[in-house]
Amino acid sequence: MSQADPAPDRAPILEVKGITRRFGGLVALSEVSFSINKGEIYGLIGPNGAGKTTLFNVLTGIYRQDEGEFRFEGALLRNATPDRIARLGIARTFQNIRLFANLSALENVMIGRHVRTRAGVFGAILRGPATRAEERAIEKRAHELLEYVGIEGRRNELAKHLSYGDQRRLEIARALATDPRLLALDEPAAGMNATEKVELRALLESIRKDGVTLLLIEHDVRLVMGLCDRVLVLDYGRNIAEGLPKAIQKDPRVIEAYLGTGHTTPPP
Amino acid sequence: MVPDTISVLRRHPQAKWVGLVLVAAALLALPLVLATVGTAWVRITNLAILFVMLSLGLNIVVGFAGLLDLGYIAFYAVGAYVYALLASPHFNLHWPWWAILPIGAAVACLFGVLLGAPTLKLRGDYLAIVTLGFGEIVRIFLNNLSEPFNLTNGPKGLTTIDPIKVAGIDFANTTRIGDLALSGTIKYYYFLLVVLVLIVILNLRLQDSRIGRAWEAIREDELAARSMGINTRNMKLLAFAMGASFGGIAGGMFSSIQGFISPESFILTESVMVLSMVVLGGMGNIWGVILGAILLSFVPEILRYTVGADVQARLFGRSLIDPEVIRMLLFGLAMVVMMLFRPAGILPSAVRKRELAAPKE
Repeated sequence: MSQADPAPDRAPILEVKGITRRFGGLVALSEVSFSINKGEIYGLIGPNGAGKTTLFNVLTGIYRQDEGEFRFEGALLRNATPDRIARLGIARTFQNIRLFANLSALENVMIGRHVRTRAGVFGAILRGPATRAEERAIEKRAHELLEYVGIEGRRNELAKHLSYGDQRRLEIARALATDPRLLALDEPAAGMNATEKVELRALLESIRKDGVTLLLIEHDVRLVMGLCDRVLVLDYGRNIAEGLPKAIQKDPRVIEAYLGTGHTTPPP
Repeated sequence: MVPDTISVLRRHPQAKWVGLVLVAAALLALPLVLATVGTAWVRITNLAILFVMLSLGLNIVVGFAGLLDLGYIAFYAVGAYVYALLASPHFNLHWPWWAILPIGAAVACLFGVLLGAPTLKLRGDYLAIVTLGFGEIVRIFLNNLSEPFNLTNGPKGLTTIDPIKVAGIDFANTTRIGDLALSGTIKYYYFLLVVLVLIVILNLRLQDSRIGRAWEAIREDELAARSMGINTRNMKLLAFAMGASFGGIAGGMFSSIQGFISPESFILTESVMVLSMVVLGGMGNIWGVILGAILLSFVPEILRYTVGADVQARLFGRSLIDPEVIRMLLFGLAMVVMMLFRPAGILPSAVRKRELAAPKE
């Protein structure tokens, strides 16, 4: 795997420094720091309630951090709204799939192109050559992306009628439609069967090959260990370990976080 | 049923044009036929067209963007008053309609933004309450802006509003073309029809565009829409503004057709009526909304004649119930039954798909 050959470009794409987020008295994230390199697949693991999704929500502008800062491609992001973050090049999927349920798969992906296209009200009403060309390009790209994630055959089905695995793939296609340079996936393999997981892994590998950096929350240990270059472990909102998957697997703090004290054998 | 129609259309694309020509011919002949039954029916049709326009405008807000608006009639009122103030003896202004209608649309648009801006974070029930209040505020202002400066003439309303004049043809009088007598009402019908066709085209194009898709995304899941890079604030304001503009245009034409307006024409019931048309027809589906508006405009009028005193007299020997009461009772009942059996409206919007376009490679 790529642990052997580190990503050629070691420049960080995302730097997170001392992010703290509280909900009332609960400290959901406490001084979390890490950085992701360009072209990496970076895993984020931890027991339920460790703060993984909260971290995602802070990074994508849904929540605001109480302390700390993060930089994307060197630029400091302060009080950025989710739409601005998407415009800058960070796309995400959701743990509890949030597709546009009553729209077709194709329309879902076409909406993802919104941020990279321009037509306004007058363009839409007059529908001149430029708008028509743009519409064609949007539709063509949407077809390509559906093909890419392997659900082009279901393009006209409503998102809510797709199988669970296909919905996850559609979310990835929709996120890719925004031309992200960092793609944050919140448990993409949840609810997938073994075959689907193998396909998902191939898909994520090829997304990385196309130059997109991946940040991945995942519970499936085999997927994380096989796919990720580096892994960060959160527990109770703190980073308790970071490093290569092999090392993480043997880290006593990680074992303790997952299994409690008194266990010496690594988790399966 | 639907796939059949589509496959037939795919094999015979010219069938679409034949259909369009037939529909156009029917629409052109309609007022002449209705006039033989009674001029009242042409007038009812004109009002129905205004309601279709209103429903299409509200559909942008409610159907596309998913923002529940219970005060929509306020924009109709704004358009109507702008027209009346600029084309009546009240201020002794008599501007031409082609100048006032766009102004009315623009002022209504401004009111749309005024309503939209403070309600951006609200959804569902909360938004409904605020918009309801907004509608009432506008009406109350119209009712009371006769002091200290007489802007709206208060509850007495504005009278002798100028009719529309196109190329020297006054829409208030009857025009004779050979043997054909075109009453003002019939001329208004054609005028309204032209505007309506434009509005329908605008709506169809908006829906099938980057903007329309952004609205639908907000309706489906606002957070996901934002995360996909849609500036939900601007898009919601745009929905309010566009919806309000259509309401303003319809209001302006209402003013000129009636020749008289007062705040009483813009009560909450009217907002509820337009919303019912949108919901009954099928939120988000332009054709469904048009159908809903036509049905809800005509059914009460048809009921007026079919459950009237003479029908009751024939059935029971005398008039048992006030026709006005039974008419609205049946109307309400019909709506309840409708919503029970077709909760998504007569023509639900999810049917609309790109199936007509052959799959691309």
